Amino acid sequence: MALLTFDTAHKPRQSYASMAILLAVMLVFPFVAAQFGNSWVRIIDMALLYIMLALGLNIVVGFAGLLDLGYIAFFAVGAYLTGLLASPQFAALLESVVNYSPAVGEALVAMFGESIRTEGIHLSVWFIVPLAGLTAGLFGALLGAPTLKLRGDYLAIVTLGFGEIIRIFMNNLNDPINFTNGPQGINLIDPIRIFGVSLAGEAGTKATVFIGGFGMPSVNAYYFLFLLLCIVTIFMTSRLQHSRLGRAWVAIREDEIAAKAMGINTRNVKLLAFSMGASFGGVAGAMFAAFQGFVSPESFSLTESIAVLAMVVLGGIGHIPGVVMGGVLLAALPEVLRHVVEPAQQALFGKVVIEAEVLRQLLYGLAMVLIMLNRPAGLWPSPIKEDRPLAATDKDEKEESAVGV
Amino acid sequence: MTNFMLNISGVNKRFGGLQALTDVRIQIAPGQIYGLIGPNGAGKTTFFNVITGLYQPDSGSFELAGKPYSPSAPHAVAKAGIARTFQNIRLFGEMTALENVMVGRHVRTRQGVFGAIFRHAAARQEEAAIRSRAQELLDFVGIGQFGNRTARYLSYGDQRRLEIARALATEPKLLALDEPAAGMNATEKLALRELLVKIQGAGVTILLIEHDVKLMMGLCDRISVLEYGKLIAEGLPAEIQKNQAVIEAYLGGAH
Repeated sequence: MALLTFDTAHKPRQSYASMAILLAVMLVFPFVAAQFGNSWVRIIDMALLYIMLALGLNIVVGFAGLLDLGYIAFFAVGAYLTGLLASPQFAALLESVVNYSPAVGEALVAMFGESIRTEGIHLSVWFIVPLAGLTAGLFGALLGAPTLKLRGDYLAIVTLGFGEIIRIFMNNLNDPINFTNGPQGINLIDPIRIFGVSLAGEAGTKATVFIGGFGMPSVNAYYFLFLLLCIVTIFMTSRLQHSRLGRAWVAIREDEIAAKAMGINTRNVKLLAFSMGASFGGVAGAMFAAFQGFVSPESFSLTESIAVLAMVVLGGIGHIPGVVMGGVLLAALPEVLRHVVEPAQQALFGKVVIEAEVLRQLLYGLAMVLIMLNRPAGLWPSPIKEDRPLAATDKDEKEESAVGV
Repeated sequence: MTNFMLNISGVNKRFGGLQALTDVRIQIAPGQIYGLIGPNGAGKTTFFNVITGLYQPDSGSFELAGKPYSPSAPHAVAKAGIARTFQNIRLFGEMTALENVMVGRHVRTRQGVFGAIFRHAAARQEEAAIRSRAQELLDFVGIGQFGNRTARYLSYGDQRRLEIARALATEPKLLALDEPAAGMNATEKLALRELLVKIQGAGVTILLIEHDVKLMMGLCDRISVLEYGKLIAEGLPAEIQKNQAVIEAYLGGAH
């Protein structure tokens, strides 16, 4: 960690150099990883989505200090929205609407054209992404509103309940009107298409994406899209953190009553935190749906909420580089185990003694306990601001005040 | 004297079976340092919490600088122009001293999500103004050199000063201080007194709750005395000192 620093306020040159190095590594990565098989790039694709989720949750949990155990619901909202508006699913929805109330069905057909009867709706990514962000943001505010007066454990329990409610809705909203196709999930979701180039690759190209005559595997194309979205997310959340709103969030986390007395409208500012956090989750969800081509309620269980929360807490709550690191570690860990541990056991013992999944849970638990014992602020916490004015720190203090505040 | 900075009357507040405040009124002229004293449990802090919107009164009329204000929510009261400090210091512990004061500027600034993300010229200007004003206020209360220090690690006296600076950052017409001298030694009290006079000099009216009668007598322009939620005396410090009801409240009447 010592080599890379992202403390732009105090060490701007080193930070920008670190960012440049990291970006260079990230740009080369998929081409190197693809040599060992596309599955490795796919793992990182998923890790990037989890980083987006963790960064969104970090706004709610890290900045505003509101423990949210149902965050995956917003991921689900984004994913299902994409499922509904970029797959044949809308045709199924329309069919059930026509059966239920022909007038409304005909009105929908008149609005969107005859083709939705058979093909559903296929919106472009340019609509899907903002729409997913906005819808999830709206859901964030809706689910946040009843919890405004709750704190700590109570807030956690209520948000946990909301997360489950959304999942159960997804599971059951197939009758009488078929929104979600129930437990079977929504299939055949359109891959992302940017400027006419499908990121899944055209038919007959073996999932190779050609951009200006230069071909690369589909997973690499998604990698660059997700990387871009991650960078945008990091940029936006760090700007929010160092703004009037970011300070208001931290003030609420530190002392809500004092924050109110200082004129912060805690209701609005908290709702904004829920909503902003949720909208990043929604965009990640939309990407997830398009990337997988399939969504089902199973992907949005409580375990997923907890995994995302674990990324935030383990990495360094409230500290963006820490959260990113937590996301990479925890998202990649199970996949790496699957690819390394089982073959290694095969080679050593001739059979799989401990399954990767079991080992993953073991390591998760162990990591959590060890982190909480030894580094309660996370693996990579916010840089410690100067503590008591010990003699050893006096020099730094002078330097810092000389820089000017 | 019709133009009061703070004009409050008929305040009643009941907690279940306890009548915490009975028909309390207070009238503070602009630029005064106004003291509110009374034995423990007299209802001073309750009264404070009512006028700053933390508790909802059962009745009462509230006017700040001639305009009625509604003490229905603390943030609305802060916006109307009353800033407060707390008896047990309530700083934003993990933030630096400077950031604490910057939070105080929240209510007088307006950049939202858009400004935060795009940092257009207006947003940058506002941020710079917040920062420089916060530093000025830290200098004003005498802890300008500690701007980068985490609030939690400041000394007790400096935390009190920081709380005052944070309250001043909201540009209050009236600064309400709940026992600012609690736990201070004689030297610190003297310094606090100087600071309060300096704030008065800057044109801010001050309402002060304090136990230290000696400090209050020398500092306040007028004083009100509460006992069992009722106003038992109001007047100049010298009058209060001689008031029989006050003496009985503090020393106990003849039984």
